Amino acid sequence: MLARPLSETSALLCLLCIFLIPLAIAGIAIVNGGLGRSHSASHAMLTSISVFAVAAGTYFLCGFALQGFIGGPGRDIVVAGRSWNWLGNEPMFLRGINAYNSPSSLAVLLQLFAVGLVALIPLGAGLERWRLSASCASTVLLAGWVYPLFAHWAWDGGWLAQLGVNSGMGHGFLDVGGSGSIHVVGGLTALAVSWILGPRTGKYSSEDIPSAIPGHNTVLVLFGCFLAFVGWLGLNSAAAILFTGAPPQRIVLIAVNTTLAASAALLTTVIITGMRFGRPDVSISANGWVGGLVAGSAASPFIAPAAAVFIGLVAGALVTYSVEWFELRLMVDDPGGAISVHAVGGIWGLLALGIFANFRDPVLNVTDAAGGFSAAIAAAGAGQWLAQLVGVATLVGFVLPLSYALNLILNRFVPFRVHMEGERQGLDLYELGGGAYPEFVTHTEDFTQFRKRKS
Amino acid sequence: MLFAGWLIVAFAVALLPPTLVRTVFILSGVAVELLGLALAMQGNLTDTRERG
Repeated sequence: MLARPLSETSALLCLLCIFLIPLAIAGIAIVNGGLGRSHSASHAMLTSISVFAVAAGTYFLCGFALQGFIGGPGRDIVVAGRSWNWLGNEPMFLRGINAYNSPSSLAVLLQLFAVGLVALIPLGAGLERWRLSASCASTVLLAGWVYPLFAHWAWDGGWLAQLGVNSGMGHGFLDVGGSGSIHVVGGLTALAVSWILGPRTGKYSSEDIPSAIPGHNTVLVLFGCFLAFVGWLGLNSAAAILFTGAPPQRIVLIAVNTTLAASAALLTTVIITGMRFGRPDVSISANGWVGGLVAGSAASPFIAPAAAVFIGLVAGALVTYSVEWFELRLMVDDPGGAISVHAVGGIWGLLALGIFANFRDPVLNVTDAAGGFSAAIAAAGAGQWLAQLVGVATLVGFVLPLSYALNLILNRFVPFRVHMEGERQGLDLYELGGGAYPEFVTHTEDFTQFRKRKS
Repeated sequence: MLFAGWLIVAFAVALLPPTLVRTVFILSGVAVELLGLALAMQGNLTDTRERG
């Protein structure tokens, strides 16, 4: 089965959109950096760029070989007379990719950025206590196995994408901009990492009461939100062209929906926090903005703008309350809000697609043997919603345990958590030997002691 | 239980025809997963308290 070739216009537009995706990566890195304390800011940014590099390298090595692309070689298993594709079967080191105007070459480029974005998400949960080497090692597992496996199932003709033809569930599991493949995978990995690391020292009192540890630079956080927004426009548009066969004209609707979802989510968080705390909370509002982007990603080409607003409103409320729920009730220390924003927001986005999607054009679906388009335009309804539910169940029931088990084993060999002394000093000084803001040395005592020990 | 719930969902999708029974099995699998998630959260809570 061959993937549908792209027209020159689509290919060019897709390429331009893909080039915007690094802004989403930069945005998330800056948001994470700003939400941590100043004594670990440099470490947070270095970890972000290192993790991106490791993710790209691992994906080049084996990630794409496992993930593959629509229409590429895959491994099938036959159950009850139906063939289910469960793994890609491309050669390693990106061999066999036609680099000249082929959808697969564009997909490789998109995936290199997407896997970098996935890898950055858990860093938000591990801020101020996750060692640089351990986070890079964990990224190898995420970018090499966990992400490619689920992304293949959802995007590249895997069994979730086949739910429509094989099981009569609408168009099969759909996740256009990566609410599930990128954000829920990253968010659930963040949850696993957070469980393994435990909370920061001093976060909870002996009576289990959390202390507020505010981020060091909210201006940076909000600037990161703006950057991420531009990247999201590119990601949602490029993925829609590549993975659902969306025509270039559809890009306008995708951009409108992405903007409306993020805006509605931000306003919801501002209003809710304003009503509850007397004034808006900057960090939760920033989380709400990104949560709206995450939730709006899955369905952006298939929904009306009013539905995007509703998705954003619910995402904003979910993020606000789940941040508090994780921190207060479950004692999960997630300084960057990665679990609430990416896992909770992403799951809502996936389910919302099943509720609000309206399919006016054929959707690219690998299960059709005649070139990759499903001939029938399935109506949104119970079938589509069930497919989305199966996808969410796979994320929670398969991806989370897999990610937790892999990271738990890795933690035995490469301890995740920095020494308590490192937490006290801050990771900048402890792991890098210098701070992000040397002119503002607030921990003079630590700094002089460190210098004395070095000399 | 997370994984067990997912197995129920996966087998229902693979083996059962598209009927109400299949939907019930899928929803049951999701319910088992939610129970597993609640237990995992509770386990982490206990673990965090023990770590101090």
